[in-house]
Amino acid sequence: MMRGWSRVDVDEEDRGTIYDSDVIRRLFGYLTPYWRVLTLTILAMLVYTATIIAIPWIVKLTIDNHVRTGDISGLNLVVLAFLIVALVQFGSNYFHLKLMSKVSQRVLYKLRVDLFSHTHRLSMSYFEKHEVGKTMSRIQNDVQHLQEFLSIMVLSLADVLSLAGIVAAMVIMNVELAAITFSVIPLLFLMLVIWQKFARLAFIRVRQKLAVVNSELQENITGVRVVQSMNREHSNIRQFGKTNNSHLDATLKSSRYSSFLFPSVEVVSALGLGLVVLFGGSMVINGELEPGVLVAFALYIQRFFDPVRNLTMQYGDLQRAMASGVRIFELLDQRPDIVDKPNSNILENLKGEICYEGVDFEYDQGQPVLQNVNVHVKPGETIALVGPTGAGKTSFVSLLLRLYDVTSGCIKVDGQDVRDITRLSLVRDMSIVTQEPFLFSGTIKENIRYDQRNITDSDVESAAKAVQAHEFITKLPLAYETQLLERGSNLSIGQRQLVSFARALVGNPRILVLDEATANIDTDTEILIQRSLKNLLSDRTAIVIAHRLSTIKSADRILVLDKGRIVDQGNHDQLLQRGGLYADLQSFTAGQ
Amino acid sequence: MLDHKKLTESSQNRDSKNSDNKINIEDSVQKKFSKEKADTHTSPSVSVIWRLMGYGFKHHFRLFVAFLAMVSAVISSMAIPRLLGTAIDQSLESGENAELLIIAGSIIALGLFRGITGYVQSYFSEGVSQRAAFDIRNDFFSKLQNLSFGFHDKQQTGNLMSKATVDVEAIRWLFSMGLINGFRIALMLIVVAILLISTNLRLGLATMAFVPLFVWHAISMGHKMRANWIAVHVETGKLTTVLQESLAGMRLIKSFGSSEYEEEKFNRKAKSVAHFNYVVQVIFASRGAMMTFFFSMATAVILWLGSYEVAAGRMSAGEIAAFILYMSMIAMPVRMTGWIVNILSRASSAGQRVFEVLDSKSPVEEKPGSRAIGRSTGRVKFENVALSYDSGPLAIKNVSFEVEPGQLVAILGASGSGKSTLVHLIPRFYDVSSGCIYIDGIDVRDATLSSLRQNVGIVMQDIFVFGASIRENIKYGVDNASDGEVEQAAKIAQIDDFIKTLPKGYETPVGERGVTLSGGQRQRLAIARTILLNPPILILDDSTSSVDMETEYRIQEALNAVVKNRTTFVIAHRLSTIRQADLILVVEDGEIIERGTHDELMEIHGSYTHIYNAQLKSQQVVP
Repeated sequence: MMRGWSRVDVDEEDRGTIYDSDVIRRLFGYLTPYWRVLTLTILAMLVYTATIIAIPWIVKLTIDNHVRTGDISGLNLVVLAFLIVALVQFGSNYFHLKLMSKVSQRVLYKLRVDLFSHTHRLSMSYFEKHEVGKTMSRIQNDVQHLQEFLSIMVLSLADVLSLAGIVAAMVIMNVELAAITFSVIPLLFLMLVIWQKFARLAFIRVRQKLAVVNSELQENITGVRVVQSMNREHSNIRQFGKTNNSHLDATLKSSRYSSFLFPSVEVVSALGLGLVVLFGGSMVINGELEPGVLVAFALYIQRFFDPVRNLTMQYGDLQRAMASGVRIFELLDQRPDIVDKPNSNILENLKGEICYEGVDFEYDQGQPVLQNVNVHVKPGETIALVGPTGAGKTSFVSLLLRLYDVTSGCIKVDGQDVRDITRLSLVRDMSIVTQEPFLFSGTIKENIRYDQRNITDSDVESAAKAVQAHEFITKLPLAYETQLLERGSNLSIGQRQLVSFARALVGNPRILVLDEATANIDTDTEILIQRSLKNLLSDRTAIVIAHRLSTIKSADRILVLDKGRIVDQGNHDQLLQRGGLYADLQSFTAGQ
Repeated sequence: MLDHKKLTESSQNRDSKNSDNKINIEDSVQKKFSKEKADTHTSPSVSVIWRLMGYGFKHHFRLFVAFLAMVSAVISSMAIPRLLGTAIDQSLESGENAELLIIAGSIIALGLFRGITGYVQSYFSEGVSQRAAFDIRNDFFSKLQNLSFGFHDKQQTGNLMSKATVDVEAIRWLFSMGLINGFRIALMLIVVAILLISTNLRLGLATMAFVPLFVWHAISMGHKMRANWIAVHVETGKLTTVLQESLAGMRLIKSFGSSEYEEEKFNRKAKSVAHFNYVVQVIFASRGAMMTFFFSMATAVILWLGSYEVAAGRMSAGEIAAFILYMSMIAMPVRMTGWIVNILSRASSAGQRVFEVLDSKSPVEEKPGSRAIGRSTGRVKFENVALSYDSGPLAIKNVSFEVEPGQLVAILGASGSGKSTLVHLIPRFYDVSSGCIYIDGIDVRDATLSSLRQNVGIVMQDIFVFGASIRENIKYGVDNASDGEVEQAAKIAQIDDFIKTLPKGYETPVGERGVTLSGGQRQRLAIARTILLNPPILILDDSTSSVDMETEYRIQEALNAVVKNRTTFVIAHRLSTIRQADLILVVEDGEIIERGTHDELMEIHGSYTHIYNAQLKSQQVVP
């Protein structure tokens, strides 16, 4: 189909580095609470490393003292020692892996929860500029990538530690032979450096191409109905074939590099072994070396190259994990625009008085959305907001809920500036029904009760009755226990709206905001709601944004907004008599 | 080091892999997830694996080369311990440096050979795996594009996506890792057994006695990991749902001040994910350590028994050394067995999930021998049409009517009465259960799908905007439309002047990454799209019932322009549209209960009159 650049994470952060000091440093910060466990882990690791070094050593001793000479006295003791070392190795190996896993899972858990809480502290302005999908991918995929990274680290740390031990053991056994063996390491190093130059970009490319494939796939699954109605199946399949093919090309290219690593380590280790045989062998001939050393060296060489092999095999994962780490900490560094001031008051026993005093507001500098808005709403009053699209109606209520802060002027609730009270206490006794009803997966009852724990089942039911939702809910086989799918997709949009209505009312809020709440309800149900609406709004402050005349008529006061200013206010009849914008629009629709 | 490190290779995106790293399960948990397990595990059946193999065998040459390279690599590596043993014996006995040179040279040469064959094996098996994944992805995509609405209604995008990504990746692993390594391990075990037993029967048997123990252990680990992998998978899915809902509903959460509640929900799920991941890693740790211990025991046996054998003159010191090296050489591959088992069973359950889709029969299919119909005049006839989804209760029953070319049909009814379903039958998004629909006297089931749908344009209730520029979105159905034609369509749809206010005009990206369009703008975009298609039959499933006045006016203008010169079905809420209609159908519970023009229906004082008085008449809109 199209280019499919829509959802592609073209990943500016993925530069293909496998070490980012900033990321590592901050990850270490997450480790500090576990220093006790970590100390234990490192101790276990040291023991484990010691056994790794000891085993070939014992093999060497056995070969030189018993196997070669045929002397069996004391053999049992040596073998017993060997078994004990093996047992210690088992214990320390298990123990350090277990502890490391515990720490790494705790760190990841903490990171996830931190990210989640952090996003909930960010202001709406953040979510306007960042897609949900991207933020999700931070908390989900990027943490997952770090998890892979950590599990590689858990498994490799002891290996890396044992490298040092092996080097030491070899040097102690025979300096010359050790030096000869290590002479191959610069070669390996050189190969890796050159390899990385080529592989880095190839791997990034694969990741990018895969993202394109997936986004195209996703888009054409979601849009499949349009695709079929427009006869686009064949050209989409052709297009997808192309995208898929370019991913295939990228992977084949990268597999040229990825296939190179493992064999090259093999070759270098064979080279090392060959050198040991050649030089070590002649030392044995000259009687300068015990033959057991040869065996021990062969075992050490194998052990030595294992971690190198493993770490290089994880190259792509390491790259990815670092890019993920950068993105994760970037998100954690985002500062929210709206934070409670220190010493904010807690708003209690909300009466529902609202006062806008000279409120100016703009999302982007220089583009005013609201200008010099002055409104005083008495407790219990119902206010209707009327005005063309873009007049600032939704912004008006967003400011009340303090989703944004005013640019100048102030908003007072019960006489207190909203910026001087905690946000939680501000919104606790407010409720909103939005145009697009948003429900969560869970039962209908859970959705209506939502976060209010003290709501009983009968409260839920009476809220549902009040908004005419009870009837359809009880018709469902499981009634209030009906499981809703994601976003309530197994209900019609009108039914979803009714449930969200019930949710807004169940806590008996003092201030209720209806933001085009009846737009998606079919006309039948709407009429039913209209009838109860008067009741529902009677003993609380309500701000209603609507287009239906019948809804607006019943408001105590109508505010007419145009281009961010209140151009008129009054009740229906007053406004009609005055003959302003409101009357104009009225006469237009009447003549339809 | 645990096996899986060996097994992970670097390049690809392996979202699937993570899950494996952390698999495990306690018994209680295993029970808890036994249901899911049953779903995916019913039988990691041979037939699924066999069918998957078909995707690999398609590239039999590459597969063959990879196998050949693998066998050569195994055999060449097997010579190395023996060479070392000989070197030890040689240097102890003859003391010839020249012989050492030959042996050392051979070791290096073999290492080089092994490196080259290893490269060939890895490159070719990777190639096979990528090509197999490529083929499966293509098959999957084409299938999805062709499966009709009835299939998609029951699917969730996330689920299909996970089949296309995670499951395809699991299948890919079968070829890149599972298949060849499985054979490699078997081959290595056999060769080592033969070598050891032929060198010294008693010691050989004593050593190999451990192998079944390792293999059994490895396989049982594979099973445990699988069960755990499922637990991690299920729990991660739940975590994702909480996350997604919570981010998408952020405005609501902030308005309710319920972030603490959401954090608690997330916290619980995150804890459980962490728990399962941890349990998985612990099992891995314990099993891995256990197997290393077994190998140490085997080495102890060699040393102990070997010393007696050498003392008795039945073996040389070099042979003992070779034994020990052989053991350390097969240690890693044997531990990989559990991994291979895991790859296999995952591939088979993944295969099952993918084949479920590939084997789905589309509820709507083109008949063999159906013919392409030309541009229709727009005459549509329903004859005793009934529909039931999955042989459930009838959603549509007893519907008959006839529409002349160029007429406007308005369909009215409460939500859920079957209005949308009725019109979706015309382009065969669903097939009738009984009765017939004719276009120009031709049964729609006798026409090819593409020629039928060329004749029927539809603006759906849920308007989907693709992530592309506005221009590309408008010319979605007509690739070769000129810029002028696109703009002309946009003008008719009353969206041209809005587009021109955007800084990038027609090139403005829309959809997920681009500018967010309002409901009314989306609808006019979809109308422009359909105008460009210029279909003789047009369906407008109009969901906008209450919009502000300007939008209302705009949509109205667009609709008036678009219904000219074609047969139009409108699911209408607008009085003005309904009044214009040549035929009004009032639908209740899938049946037409009243039909006629506005005036005719007003006269009979039935349902329509009731709806008109209750809803339409009062349909006055203020800004």
